[in-house]
Amino acid sequence: MPGAYAYYPGCTQESSAKEYGESTKLVCEELGIELHEIDGWTCCGASSAHTTNHLLSVALPARDLQVAEEMGMPVAVICAMCYSRLKYASHELNDPKTLALVNEVIEKDFQNTTQVLHLLEILDKERIPVRKPLKRLKVVCYYGCILARPKKVTHFDDEENPQIMDRLLGKLDAVSIDWGFKTECCGASLTLSRRDLVRDLSHRVLEAARRAGADCIVVACPMCHSNLDMQQAGIAEQHGSKADIPIIYFTQLVGLSLGLNPGRMMFDRHFVDPQPLLREKGVI
Amino acid sequence: MARIGVFLCYCGTNIGGVVNIPRVAEAAKAMPEVVFVQDNKYTCSEPGQLEIRNAIVDKSLDRVVIGCCSPRMHEKTYRKAVESAGLNPYLLEIANLREHCSWVHGNDKDRATSKAIELVKMAVAKVSRHESLFPKEVPVTKRALVIGGGVAGIQAALDIANSGYEVVLVEKQPTIGGRMSQLDKTFPTLDCSACILTPKMVDVAQHPNIRLITCAEVKKIKGFVGNFEIDILRRAKKVDETICTGCGVCMTKCLVRTPSEFDLGMRNRSAIYVPFPQAIPLKAIIDTDHCGHFQYLRERQEGRDVPDCNICQQTCPAEAIRYDQEDEIITERFGAILVATGFKTFDHSAYGEFGGGRYPDVISSLQLERLMSASGPTSGEIVRPSDKTHPKTVVFISCVGSRDDNKGRSYCSKICCMYMAKQSIMLKEHDPDVQSYIFYIDIRAGGKDFDEFAQRAQDEYGVLYLRGRVSKIAQEGKKLIVYGEDSLMGHPVQIPADMVVLATGVEPNDGAPALAQILNVSYDTHNFFVEAHPKLRPVETQTDGIFLAGCAVGPRDIPESVAHGSAAAVKVTALFSRDTLATDPMVSTIDQMRCVGCLACAEVCPFNAIEPQVLRDGRVVASVNESLCKGCGLCVATCRSGCANLKGFTLQQLLAEVNSLWR
Repeated sequence: MPGAYAYYPGCTQESSAKEYGESTKLVCEELGIELHEIDGWTCCGASSAHTTNHLLSVALPARDLQVAEEMGMPVAVICAMCYSRLKYASHELNDPKTLALVNEVIEKDFQNTTQVLHLLEILDKERIPVRKPLKRLKVVCYYGCILARPKKVTHFDDEENPQIMDRLLGKLDAVSIDWGFKTECCGASLTLSRRDLVRDLSHRVLEAARRAGADCIVVACPMCHSNLDMQQAGIAEQHGSKADIPIIYFTQLVGLSLGLNPGRMMFDRHFVDPQPLLREKGVI
Repeated sequence: MARIGVFLCYCGTNIGGVVNIPRVAEAAKAMPEVVFVQDNKYTCSEPGQLEIRNAIVDKSLDRVVIGCCSPRMHEKTYRKAVESAGLNPYLLEIANLREHCSWVHGNDKDRATSKAIELVKMAVAKVSRHESLFPKEVPVTKRALVIGGGVAGIQAALDIANSGYEVVLVEKQPTIGGRMSQLDKTFPTLDCSACILTPKMVDVAQHPNIRLITCAEVKKIKGFVGNFEIDILRRAKKVDETICTGCGVCMTKCLVRTPSEFDLGMRNRSAIYVPFPQAIPLKAIIDTDHCGHFQYLRERQEGRDVPDCNICQQTCPAEAIRYDQEDEIITERFGAILVATGFKTFDHSAYGEFGGGRYPDVISSLQLERLMSASGPTSGEIVRPSDKTHPKTVVFISCVGSRDDNKGRSYCSKICCMYMAKQSIMLKEHDPDVQSYIFYIDIRAGGKDFDEFAQRAQDEYGVLYLRGRVSKIAQEGKKLIVYGEDSLMGHPVQIPADMVVLATGVEPNDGAPALAQILNVSYDTHNFFVEAHPKLRPVETQTDGIFLAGCAVGPRDIPESVAHGSAAAVKVTALFSRDTLATDPMVSTIDQMRCVGCLACAEVCPFNAIEPQVLRDGRVVASVNESLCKGCGLCVATCRSGCANLKGFTLQQLLAEVNSLWR
């Protein structure tokens, strides 16, 4: 049953992950899922707030959650980091003392009743009318380190071996290969300070995907995408071998399977162009 | 007017360091009926006890209050001291100035002293209303029940039986032997586990004083020390034990194959089976969940028609198969109960990062024992479960389900460091090309020749110890890639392994809490049974006549379990060396003149100690069976007419305590 959601886009979908945001909107429109952007949404706080000021890291997402509460809808999120921050805030605000303190800060009467859902959780319950199957495209699903962790906060899926994205890709007629790196770290925000480490860590993920025999890596996190996709040239420089493996958002593949115009999935924004692969497999 | 003496203990600095004892003494002197006050560095010491004795005689005291540690600690000691001076031992009251005061109020000495004064004041008020109490003598049934037939239970049963007393050994599984029977070798001597255990198992079977009941568990307990009445549920084996010869024909004919519990699923067994060739008793048992005949009976009941199977019945040369055998309850009397329910290993599927049970070549340490055992599923050939090839690189991971708060297991399982060293040595002995790696947190090798043994694994067998945790195991093709950290080198490490062995920790068997509740003894947050005192009464429980042995109490290795079993056996035989026992006189009484016979007290009594009694005038009233009453006081709190009372804690005594606080 398609429903209506208070949509929290997050900063990346207007910038580095524009294709994630655009494909999300198109897919939801096609499936009849109503996304109502939270009016005046602000930064979720990642990663600066929770490393500097605990109260700020709860109050920032609380402000957005409060608006959603007024809208009377559950929140839909696509960025893994935003999801984590919003979930953490809800979790922390279960403590009445914290809730009272945060209400004082945001000058609102927030009750902490807002449910936070990742788009994967929403799509998991939807029927997807597949018009253009993915023709046994071999994928590995990469959830990244933050989406499923920690379970006591996110209640998302198994922390070590999540299945929700694999299930979705299975419905689209892709073959999702079981591999050991679903929830390993890509290096995340160290990309600004220790790019060499990010290249090491992302290299491990790319190599594992290649060894697993995947045609591409499917992701649900703009940070993961940026590290795995944008850094591939740098990784080749540092490690002497080019993985050359496309990194694709799950929403883009859902869009293709729904028969949406491949051009609108913005594959040309990727550093490693997925289009030759998708053309070779006859998906586009 | 009573003549009360107050004795105050410093307990070294335990009480004296917080509570101002001279001030308490000063205050006590002014309390009503107090005629003598004395303080002491250690009242429980011999000179301390002597002073109490002397003061009772010299000052003609008829009541004593001692301000000291918890009565759980030394009440018995002081009762003896009071009795030796010719006073009734129950004319004593203890004010707990340590656990209830100094230990919990160390940060506020002034108020702690005020509280100590009030505690003493309450005790004085209470003791002035004490009356002499006299214990009763009851006979002892000189027969012991040992629950659990692992090595601790076996040792205890043999020791008690050898002392000339009857023993009933109850085992839940079809055979005795416990975990030790599943092991290949023992550390640090590398004795063959079966070779040293099976003779003891045979001794149990042949001992004239021991009766063995397998496939059985304790369901109900009544009575008290020296006179327990126990209901034992014996599950039907569907085989007449008295006739079965253990020849094994049925097992070869049976058409069903299902994973063997004894071999931890690494081998299949038939539906009618003997767990292992040296099992005691060597009698077959039918697993009705998998047996074709019982499958047929179930299907037929639901109206489906499937072929029947009774091949075991047809082929049994001794005609011992009894499909219609039912479970039975055996009720017997015992004087003492010894709990040795043992342990199981932690289920490693809780560790998602190690595959959560998805990778066939990530096995538990107990599974490796079965692989190494000459009587195991591979006859002692060490092969990977997935493809039966010989592993060359083996990684051990320690503390799986131990020392891990995230998994609710904060404790150290104690035996894993040593069995990892043993297993890595044995791997090399089996195949010189094997390289073992052990990821450890600390090497805990405390014990005779233990550290030398762990050192030998490194020096002589080339086992590489890596200090650090494993973050992840990933299956890639036929290899298991182990990602970990060498925290001494400060580097992440990656080992492509053929097999990974998880050192799964020790935890109590599943039935432990239920049994503890039946027996009314305490167990801790990890479901281990709790000793009466961790240092000084390690095999006793708080319930008289119930003793503990082996891993039911906490992780321990074989020699410790054996010693523990013997220790508990000594306590049982000491109990049996007496013909009668004195019962605690602090029991409930009913004022039958005022009792209206509502019997609400009988309903709440957890020990079934209250029964209706018909008086000569036909009136029904409650009556307490003093040998069953444990003095919990529930009836006193329940009684609407206020006619139930607890000797030693009467309503009048408790009220006097409370009233003393206002004065």
